[in-house]
Amino acid sequence: MNVGLILRPLLVLLLLALVLRPEWFTPIFAPLAPPGAPTIYARSSLLSLSLSHLGLVAAATFAATIVAVSLAIFVTRPAGAAFKPLSRTIANMGQTFPPVAVLALAVPALGFGSGPTLVALFLYGLLPIFENSVTALTTLPPATMDAARGIGLNRWQRLLRVELPLAFPVMLTGIRLSVVIALGTATIGSTVAARTLGEVIIAGLLTNNTAFVLQGGLIVGLFAVLIYDALIQLETFLARRTGA
Amino acid sequence: MIEIDNLTKIYGDTHAVDAVTMRAETGSITVIVGTSGSGKTTLLRMINRLEEPTSGEVRINGEPTHVEKPHLLRRRIGYAIQGHGLFPHHTVARNIAAVPLLLGWKKQKIRDRVDELLSLFSMEPAAFRDRYPAELSGGQQQRVGVARALASRPELLLMDEPFGALDPIIRAQAQDDLRRIQQRLGSTIMLVTHDMEEAIRLGDKVAVMDGGRLVQHAAPAEIIAAPATDFVRDMVGDVERPLRLLSLIPLVELIEDGPADGDALPADASLRDALSACLWTGRSAVPVTREGIVVGRVTFEAIRNRAELHA
Ligand SMILES: Nc1ncnc2c1ncn2[C@@H]1O[C@H](COP(=O)(O)OP(=O)(O)OP(=O)(O)O)[C@@H](O)[C@H]1O
Ligand SMILES: [Mg+2]
Repeated sequence: MNVGLILRPLLVLLLLALVLRPEWFTPIFAPLAPPGAPTIYARSSLLSLSLSHLGLVAAATFAATIVAVSLAIFVTRPAGAAFKPLSRTIANMGQTFPPVAVLALAVPALGFGSGPTLVALFLYGLLPIFENSVTALTTLPPATMDAARGIGLNRWQRLLRVELPLAFPVMLTGIRLSVVIALGTATIGSTVAARTLGEVIIAGLLTNNTAFVLQGGLIVGLFAVLIYDALIQLETFLARRTGA
Repeated sequence: MIEIDNLTKIYGDTHAVDAVTMRAETGSITVIVGTSGSGKTTLLRMINRLEEPTSGEVRINGEPTHVEKPHLLRRRIGYAIQGHGLFPHHTVARNIAAVPLLLGWKKQKIRDRVDELLSLFSMEPAAFRDRYPAELSGGQQQRVGVARALASRPELLLMDEPFGALDPIIRAQAQDDLRRIQQRLGSTIMLVTHDMEEAIRLGDKVAVMDGGRLVQHAAPAEIIAAPATDFVRDMVGDVERPLRLLSLIPLVELIEDGPADGDALPADASLRDALSACLWTGRSAVPVTREGIVVGRVTFEAIRNRAELHA
C-alpha cells in the first residue's frame, strides 16, 4: 500500500520522461550503443509511437470485449447453452495460434500496416474476456437472481440491471489480462509495418543497438505495469461497492 | 381471495407439493408451517410462478394466474425471499424502491415510501438509506428484504422465512410490526416458517405441511386444541400446548366483577400474560383495565378452568 503510493507516481514520471524527454537519458544509455551510433531513437517521435501502440491495443481490446461479452451473454441464456462448448473451443484455438503465424496469414488478406496487428490482438483478447464473462455470469448469487425474478424483472431488465453490473468486476479481470497480452503482442506488429513501440526494439535488434532495445522495452513494460495496476485498482473499487 | 386448487409439483420422483388445495381470505395472514423439505417454499413459489406447477392452478380473486405474463404477475405480488436476496450493487433505498421504480412511481413518492418503510422497521432512514447491503447486519438485511416486498403495497405478499435471521427479541418486534402493517393496509399475506410458535402468533390461519401434503389448515386455536395428525401434535409440542392456547385468548373472555390488587393488565392482553402475572406475584387475581379504567378482574381459578376445557 505505502510502497504503491510512492512507487506509482515515480513510475509514471519515469515513463513520461522516457516518452517525452528521451534525450535526458543519453548519459545512461550511451555506454550501451555501439560506437558512432545514435543513443536515442529519433527516427520517429516516441510519443506518436506510444499513442499509436496504445490506440491499436485499445481498439482491439474494445472490439474483443464487445464480441466476447456478447458471446458470453448468448451462451449463458437457455437458448444459447448448447453453443457453450463450441464457443469455448474456438476461443481456445484463437489463443493457441502463434501471434507471428496470425500476422503472417493476415498480411496477404489485409496488406501491411495496422490491419493484421489488429486482427491478431483481437483474437488474443477474446479468450480471457470470454472465459471470465462466462464464469461471472454463471456464478451470480442465486438468491439475488431469484429475487430479481421474484420482484418482476423481465429477462432484459435482469440482464441489464442485475447480471451485468454484478458480473462486471470479474469481466474486468479478463479485460485486464487481454490488455496486458495485447500490449506485449503489439510490439511484434511492427514486423508487418504497424506503427508500434516494437519499431524501436526491432531497430535496436537489427543494428545491435542495445540502447534502443532497452528504451523500447522499458516503455512497453512501464505501460503494461501501470495500466495493469490501474485496472486492479478499479476492480477492487467496484468489488467493494458490490459487497464482495 | 387466493385459491390454491389441487396444486402439485413433482421433481423427478419427489412429490415436493402433493395435491394441495386451500383458500386464503383477502386481508388475512396464512402461515404455512412444516419441517425442512416439506414443500413450503415450493408451494409459495408456485403462487407467483417462480415455479410452474406440474398440475393444478392458483386463482387470485377468481382469476387464474397462468393467463398473465409471469413478470407482470410478480410485480403485483410482494415476495420476500428465504435469505433476503438483496441486490448487492444497489443501496438500501434503491433495493426497497425496486418495484416502485419498475411501476414508474414519482421520485418524491418513492423517497417518502422508502423512509416510511425504514422507520416502520426501526431503521433510521438517514443512517441506512445510502448504505449497501454488505454494510448491514444479517437481521437488517432481512428487514430490508421484507421492506422491499412491501414497497409497492402489493395486494398479496409472499414471505419465505422472513424473520429467520432475527434474534428472539427483534423477531417478536418484527412480527408485531408485520401484524400492524398488515392490519393497516389490509394486505393478504402468505408466510412460510418452520417455527410453530411464529405460526400461532402471526397466523389467522395456519397451514401445516408434511411431506408435500397439507395435513391441517385451521385457525391457530384449533391447531392447538385439535391437532389433526400426530405430526401436527408433535409440531405444536405437548408440553407447551396449554400455554400456547392461553396466549391466544384475550382477557376480555374471562372478565368478571370483583376486587383484585396489584398491577393491572389491559383487556386485550392474553390469558398467558395474566397467568404469568399471577404466578410471578403470588396473586390469585389480576385487575383488568380498558383504556386505563379498571373494568373487572381475571382470576387464577378461571384461567385454570379455561385451560382444562381444552386438555
Ligand atoms: N429445483 C428442485 N429440484 C429438485 N428437487 C427440488 C427442487 N426444489 C425443491 N426440491 C425438493 O422438493 C422438496 C421440498 O422442497 P422445499 O424447498 O419446498 O422445502 P421447504 O419446506 O421450503 O424446506 P426448508 O424449510 O428447508 O426451506 C425437497 O425434498 C426438495 O429437495
Ligand atoms: Mg424453504
